[in-house]
Amino acid sequence: MKVTDKDVAYVADLANLELTGEERARMLRDLNSILDYVERLSELETENVAPMAQVSDRYGVDESRQGSDRFAYAIREDVKDGLRPSLPHDIALKNAPDTDGTFFEVPKVIER
Amino acid sequence: MVSALTIDEVKAAIAERKTTATTIAQDFYTRIRKEDSEIGAFLTLCEERALAQAGRIDALAAEGKPLPPLAGVPVAIKDVMVTSGVRTTAGSKILENFIPPYDCTAVARLEAAGAVILGKLNCDEFAMGSSTENSAFRPVHNPRDKSRVPGGSSGGSAAAVAAEMAVATLGSDTGGSIRQPASFCGVVGLKPTYGRVSRYGLIAFASSLDHIGPFAKTVKEVALVLRTIAGRDPMDSTSADVPVPDYVAELEKPVRGSGEALKVGVAKEYFGSGLDPEVRAAVEAAIQKLAELGCEVVPVSLPHTEYAIPAYYIVATAEASANLARYDGVRYGFRAKASNLSEMYRLSRDGGFGMEVKRRIMLGTYALSAGYYDAYYLKAQKVRTLLTRDFDEAFKKVDVIAAPTCPTPAFRLGEKVNDPLAMYLADIYTVTANLAGIPGISVPCGENHEKLPIGLQLFARHFDEATLLRVAHAYEGARAT
Repeated sequence: MKVTDKDVAYVADLANLELTGEERARMLRDLNSILDYVERLSELETENVAPMAQVSDRYGVDESRQGSDRFAYAIREDVKDGLRPSLPHDIALKNAPDTDGTFFEVPKVIER
Repeated sequence: MVSALTIDEVKAAIAERKTTATTIAQDFYTRIRKEDSEIGAFLTLCEERALAQAGRIDALAAEGKPLPPLAGVPVAIKDVMVTSGVRTTAGSKILENFIPPYDCTAVARLEAAGAVILGKLNCDEFAMGSSTENSAFRPVHNPRDKSRVPGGSSGGSAAAVAAEMAVATLGSDTGGSIRQPASFCGVVGLKPTYGRVSRYGLIAFASSLDHIGPFAKTVKEVALVLRTIAGRDPMDSTSADVPVPDYVAELEKPVRGSGEALKVGVAKEYFGSGLDPEVRAAVEAAIQKLAELGCEVVPVSLPHTEYAIPAYYIVATAEASANLARYDGVRYGFRAKASNLSEMYRLSRDGGFGMEVKRRIMLGTYALSAGYYDAYYLKAQKVRTLLTRDFDEAFKKVDVIAAPTCPTPAFRLGEKVNDPLAMYLADIYTVTANLAGIPGISVPCGENHEKLPIGLQLFARHFDEATLLRVAHAYEGARAT
């Protein structure tokens, strides 16, 4: 699977990265080198192997239950009994690059 | 010398009123100021917080009250764990001025146990790297040979312990980032079972692979820290509801009981080509020591080992591309000047992230993108199942598995920076434990002819840190004689 210039541009777009020309060239080379190595995964027969998204599914998932009840072990006690205070508004804004005191301020969103 | 003290020695010295927590903290800061300019382990010092804590401990000691388990013990934290009110950068320019509004659970538990937090430790940016050369601020120099890397990504955490600038430190391990630096710096480093220690407050790199774990000079100290930070946390739904044994009490149990010997597995896949001959010799000698202690050495096979790195670099980068999407300049972190929102996102991210981080985001995004998801991400997840099954099978026959931690000792600064793939292959013996979620530890087992440390790695079953630590402790004791 060979990565092209167009692929790099498309992926950079998806990842919201403004790559410089030099970075795009390096990325093309590095991605191809790494993906070339990763190709060896296709040597393995995995037709009937279940994918493993995370280890923690082994720990407490109750297979006898349905839907989100299967994950009952992960439910937080304080949410079950009612909400607890969250991050105060002023603290949440403290690291903001730009704010009007109420909202995070950003450059215009919609192009006219 | 105060910096050479172990956790127990610090606690005893304060309890016996031979010294105070404040004096000890100040002595460590003096040492940091003296040594760290050549090492670069610390990014931020938090003296106010440290001395306030030390003062609290001293007040308890003065009143003759009982002291908490880590009273006055100077510790430091890898800068990927948030500390309320204390700058936390994740080793990145994008968070260069970020002040978190809350504490990481593991950090809070250390402090509740009386530990004195000296500061935040340098690391590869967003924990992505194997040498700490990807830190956006400066590299870390290995205290055992300053022309070499300390390993990564928890290079600062390993170096701080090796240079005695902290008694114990916390690091994180996503593909080997605790065990490999422990091996390179000649200290003990533990990656616990996935879910053993809460990840709340750990700046996420790959959520299914990230682990928090301790560094110290000895296995007993690592056990003490683990006992303090482990346990279910409602703030992390992946933290397991499994009781925390007294890891310290478990240490002294013999590896050979009456009639029953612990079985140590040796997998040929971890001793193949690419393994430095001096590393091989040191690790084989260590396994021989375990046999002399009464363990039964059993050959095992972990047949899918060679597929671990490619599977890891797809899963980890895919998860990272999602986790790092939040760094967009809106609510915190670096924001570039831009004329519209889209430009702001792109320029902030491109300006704030280093090259390795961008490379991994690109790889992960590509692996998840339409048309490639099945071939890469889904495939890697299936291979993950195969790797985990290898361990499940092996642990039917043995109790722990012994292997080298890394194929080589510490390499030189600058040696691998231009070859990302070569850097990735340094993780070859460590990523498997992250994919399977099993615990792994690295303990020093010798040096090469250049006096560079070599690490012995041990793996155990999920949640069997007690056995892991017991074998490691027994080896450590036998090696000293």
